[in-house]
Amino acid sequence: MADEVVIKAEGLTKRYGETLAVDHIDLAVNAGEIVGILGPNGSGKTTTILMLLGLTEPTSGRALVAGFDPLRAPLEVKRRVGYLPDQIGFYDGLSARDNLAYTGRLAGLSRPEIDERFTAALGRVGLGDVGRARVATFSQGMRQRLGLAEILMKRPSVAILDEPTTALDPHSTQEFLEMIRRLKADGTAVLLSSHHLDQVQSVCDRVALFNRGRIVLSGTVTELAGRVLGGGHVIDVEVRGASVEQRLAAMPGIVRVQTLGLGQDSQRYRVDCASDLRSEIARRLASEVELIGLHFAAPSLNEVYNRYFEEARNVAQ
Amino acid sequence: MSRSETGAGPDRKRLGSPWTGLGAVVAKETADHLSSARMRILEALVFLTAIAAAYAAIRSIRATIGESPFLFLRLLTFSQDPLPSFIALLGFLIPLVAIALSFDAINGEFNRRTMSRILAQPIYRDALLLGKFFAGLLALTIGLVSLWLLVLGLGLLLLGLPPSTEETVRMLGFLVATIAFGGVWLAVALLFSVVFRAPATAALAALGAWLLFALFWSVITPLVANLIAGPPEGVFGPRMEFLEVQQIIDRLSPNTLYAESALALLHPATRALGPVLISQLQGALLGAPLPASQSFILIWPQLTGLIAATIVIFVIAYIAFQRQEIRA
Repeated sequence: MADEVVIKAEGLTKRYGETLAVDHIDLAVNAGEIVGILGPNGSGKTTTILMLLGLTEPTSGRALVAGFDPLRAPLEVKRRVGYLPDQIGFYDGLSARDNLAYTGRLAGLSRPEIDERFTAALGRVGLGDVGRARVATFSQGMRQRLGLAEILMKRPSVAILDEPTTALDPHSTQEFLEMIRRLKADGTAVLLSSHHLDQVQSVCDRVALFNRGRIVLSGTVTELAGRVLGGGHVIDVEVRGASVEQRLAAMPGIVRVQTLGLGQDSQRYRVDCASDLRSEIARRLASEVELIGLHFAAPSLNEVYNRYFEEARNVAQ
Repeated sequence: MSRSETGAGPDRKRLGSPWTGLGAVVAKETADHLSSARMRILEALVFLTAIAAAYAAIRSIRATIGESPFLFLRLLTFSQDPLPSFIALLGFLIPLVAIALSFDAINGEFNRRTMSRILAQPIYRDALLLGKFFAGLLALTIGLVSLWLLVLGLGLLLLGLPPSTEETVRMLGFLVATIAFGGVWLAVALLFSVVFRAPATAALAALGAWLLFALFWSVITPLVANLIAGPPEGVFGPRMEFLEVQQIIDRLSPNTLYAESALALLHPATRALGPVLISQLQGALLGAPLPASQSFILIWPQLTGLIAATIVIFVIAYIAFQRQEIRA
């Protein structure tokens, strides 16, 4: 099941007049996989989501979602896809139950099915005791959870989450990310659009980076780091004594040195290098400073993202 | 929008019924209308004024029982200062109720940010738009039928007479014409709710259209007719050409179509809805009532016009809605 492709886009393109919003993107997501889609505002993420949902028509290319073409069979696609839009809205005058019962009826669920699934879904997102309360009394975090409960009620094979944690506090964010992991454990494929790169990195198996309507990078974070940061080896160095930034930067094989922090008696650097240079770094620095720490750092999606767009800007200039 | 949802070309024809989910939308929207404070206030306003007008009419009519075979119809058309007649009040208030029911039907979904969530469910936009229209019409119908029964009951109680079959049929016809009239204004407000993202703008535009037809149309029509057909008076008196053009322009207004329908149905002696030539009156018994069937033939074009206007305006709203991007 894990190798079953549930989202497949080939050459998907969307043009609004002269503006090319999405430019020939190819994307594949397997069942039980969490794929993050990243990129600046206006890079085509939401338009891609709308095309996958059948809410807007591609100018060219095609997509298959849960085995159906969103262009020809949008109802079949929507039956199998749960969607959590950014800044989700509910009918404030209705209770949580009535809101979800309405979308449940639209989804074709019977009354007993709605009752059974509603209780289970609300319990799972931690809103079990407020099902009868009016949504007007809900905080933004509770609304996001209710949106996720709506997806759970549908028991979809694909969940598309657009900026789901934007309005959440850190604790709620962690809980929400855990719920997303549980969706994956259920075998649901998750397409997660977010600007919070640390969160994407913590839950996603793969990421696709959008820029100007195109997917410019895709793969695991390690793969992206290899391509963007150079070689993919990131080493954290901590020393006591004089600054070694220039000395490190001058070493062959080192692509970039970043100062992470200067303490009272120690300094930390992050070094991107083409190969494992830990022993070389240790040998060079040992005679000059006191080496406190030297270890691999997990490549950060944040660094990959920032470096990519920094270079893209440089190329554009 | 999404030609994806309308399907473009034979190989891209969309699958599944466009009415999937229609029942759920109608049920939810109708429940919202019937339980909303807005609807209750409007209902109270309509009921109070209409019942007051009917009650005032009954008090006057009671003194003349036996003079007219159509007491119940007089109950609807009789006016006594300071209150206008029951039908005049309805003609004034029904558009307001209809506008209040649907001026925020579509833009409200965008503003609440529920639109994308709702359309991400397995329904087409067709079902959402039509469901909202049907729900508005159903809420309006429930209110009007209740009012109709209330007036009938009031008449029974205070006049002490049941309505004749002829009167009941004519009153039912009037009820249908009123619902059709309400349908036009529902469609107008729905259209503005699609076109304008701000509900206040949509409401203002719909009220502007209502004011145009309710107050200014009768001022505009002779002016436009004069421009098209020349002066109203000729050497031999009123010019037929002018009157015909004026009537055509006048009938572009749903208010005119409704007023003519009400006139023919509730005044059985009405034999024509427009200029009457002397030759047409030869052999006619002036003041003699027409059978209900003849009155229905008389108003058939008006009734068809109201329904056609509703359909045309709804189709424009439908096309505009289908072309919109769903991002909220």
